[in-house]
Amino acid sequence: MSRGRLTAVFLALGLGFLWMPVLLLAGYAFSADRIPFQWGGFSLRWFGVLAANERLVEAALLSLRVAFGAATLAVLLGGTFGWVLARRGPFRGRAIFGALAGAPLVLPDVVIGLALLLFFVLLQSGLGWPAERGATTILLAHATIGAAYAAVLVQARLAELAPELEEAARDLGATPATAFRTVTLPLMAPSLAAGWLLAFTLSLDDVVVASFVSGPAGTTLPMQVFSMLRLGLTPEINALACVILLLGGVALAAALLLQAGLRRRTRAD
Amino acid sequence: MLLSLQGLSKRFGATLALDHLDLAVAAGEFLTLLGGSGSGKSTLLRVIAGFEAADSGKILLEGRDLAPLPPHARPLNMMFQSYALFPHLSVADNVSYGLKRDGVAKPERARRVEQALAMVGLEGFGGRSPQKLSGGQRQRVALARALVKRPRLLLLDEPLGALDANLRERTGFELRALQRETGAAFIMVTHDQQEALALADRVAVLEGGRLVQLGPPRAVYDQPATRFVAGFLGGANVLEGMPDGQGGFDCPGLGVTLRPAVAIPADCRACALRPERIAHLAHADRPNSFDGIVEDVAFRGDDSLLLVRASGGALLRVGHAEEDGPPPERGSRIALGWEAAALVPLHS
Repeated sequence: MSRGRLTAVFLALGLGFLWMPVLLLAGYAFSADRIPFQWGGFSLRWFGVLAANERLVEAALLSLRVAFGAATLAVLLGGTFGWVLARRGPFRGRAIFGALAGAPLVLPDVVIGLALLLFFVLLQSGLGWPAERGATTILLAHATIGAAYAAVLVQARLAELAPELEEAARDLGATPATAFRTVTLPLMAPSLAAGWLLAFTLSLDDVVVASFVSGPAGTTLPMQVFSMLRLGLTPEINALACVILLLGGVALAAALLLQAGLRRRTRAD
Repeated sequence: MLLSLQGLSKRFGATLALDHLDLAVAAGEFLTLLGGSGSGKSTLLRVIAGFEAADSGKILLEGRDLAPLPPHARPLNMMFQSYALFPHLSVADNVSYGLKRDGVAKPERARRVEQALAMVGLEGFGGRSPQKLSGGQRQRVALARALVKRPRLLLLDEPLGALDANLRERTGFELRALQRETGAAFIMVTHDQQEALALADRVAVLEGGRLVQLGPPRAVYDQPATRFVAGFLGGANVLEGMPDGQGGFDCPGLGVTLRPAVAIPADCRACALRPERIAHLAHADRPNSFDGIVEDVAFRGDDSLLLVRASGGALLRVGHAEEDGPPPERGSRIALGWEAAALVPLHS
């Protein structure tokens, strides 16, 4: 077999392994049958059921809100961590700070969830805030985890940028704040965007930590789906997955188009 | 004096990067700071630019003390070894960055950017991204960016270091032409002695954070002050010995007494002798001559370098010009000599 053929075979196997389950899942969303893995003819019935399921729609909206807030907070916190680690030189406790900032990357979700729960309970009894556990506590928990990822991304990006760039800006008359705004920030922007997207995805995805720190008021989409699983699956879940897949695809396409546009613009400048 | 450094010291942990350094630079002068790695030459540049604070001493620019001023408030500019071009900005935006910070109006900015780019031979490159340029073009953009604010003093950190050998010479000439044209004083850091000698009005040789010699290139080359300068510039032979008290200099390594043209201080312990000042003789029968055995011969294009072992054990570097015919064979015995004026007593 030629090398090109072999490559094609492996590519097909790899892609199939990744995407077959997803495509199956999406395909059965259009099945009329109640049982999610039994074909009962083409139908859009489960999309209708999905749209009518208020709890699921509500959970999805909550998830999006939480993910948006958590990702934004994570980028602000993590971006600062990463910048401090990459640019503020050696300071007392730098190694410990670096290790602590990245700790959520390696701690099991169960541990983080439990720790945060205890922390929130303590805060509540001591300060009276947060008044109840729900969207706010989930958002804070997800921001904590997301910040660790954002810090790593930002630090890595800054490490590959020469510090002389900022010095050159200073030399040409920029105050430290202006140098940061006009040189450092634009150059670390891609890592901030990547950190935001990663934190957003992690938040949308998380069941474990959210289950720990949530109260009766806050049920995110993954929590809702997980609880539905216990009552037996319907193709409604497939329909939901299909919608998420579609939204994800649109977002990805938008991101790629945006990136291509940016590249064209910098070339035309 | 445009720039005056007085008693500048800077310590990094246990190492003294600058050691009570005094230096004055005149307006419109081209000064090169020459030294090996760890000599403090780059630290000196960063202290002048304001990226490092000196532990003690003064930096006066046109009489004004720069020490309390942060880098952005110092009326001088610097060109970085890595060029440090902003990758997210076009060539024109890179060059106009400093003007924008000064609040120069947009039409004026555009005009001066055009002018600066024309000055370095990059007309019409304003729209390009610096990442799409060759190394030589990037170097010119960095130069235009540093000169567009018309500083009285420009600091250059190894500006030719990243260029190919064949581009270096040409760019060096262009650098000097630009310096004459703008009238700015240039302080250029380099570890390349040829570059330092070729471009500068004056060369400052640094060693261990101290200024060991300062003067016009020819003077520094012909009259090295110390063993370090003698060896660093042109690889002079350093002949160890003692004055004999009668105007001569006993050199046990050569097995002869040297007869310099100048008076030798009593505490002098070495003399410098440049390889190209040593000539072949028929017999070593006059003062300032000796017999030796050729240990090795290296062809260098325009000349050859011989390593000659003297009877006293010293190994000398000897130049052999091409027009003198083929160099002697390895292992042959030759007689060598030099004029008295070629011997330079060293201070330390």
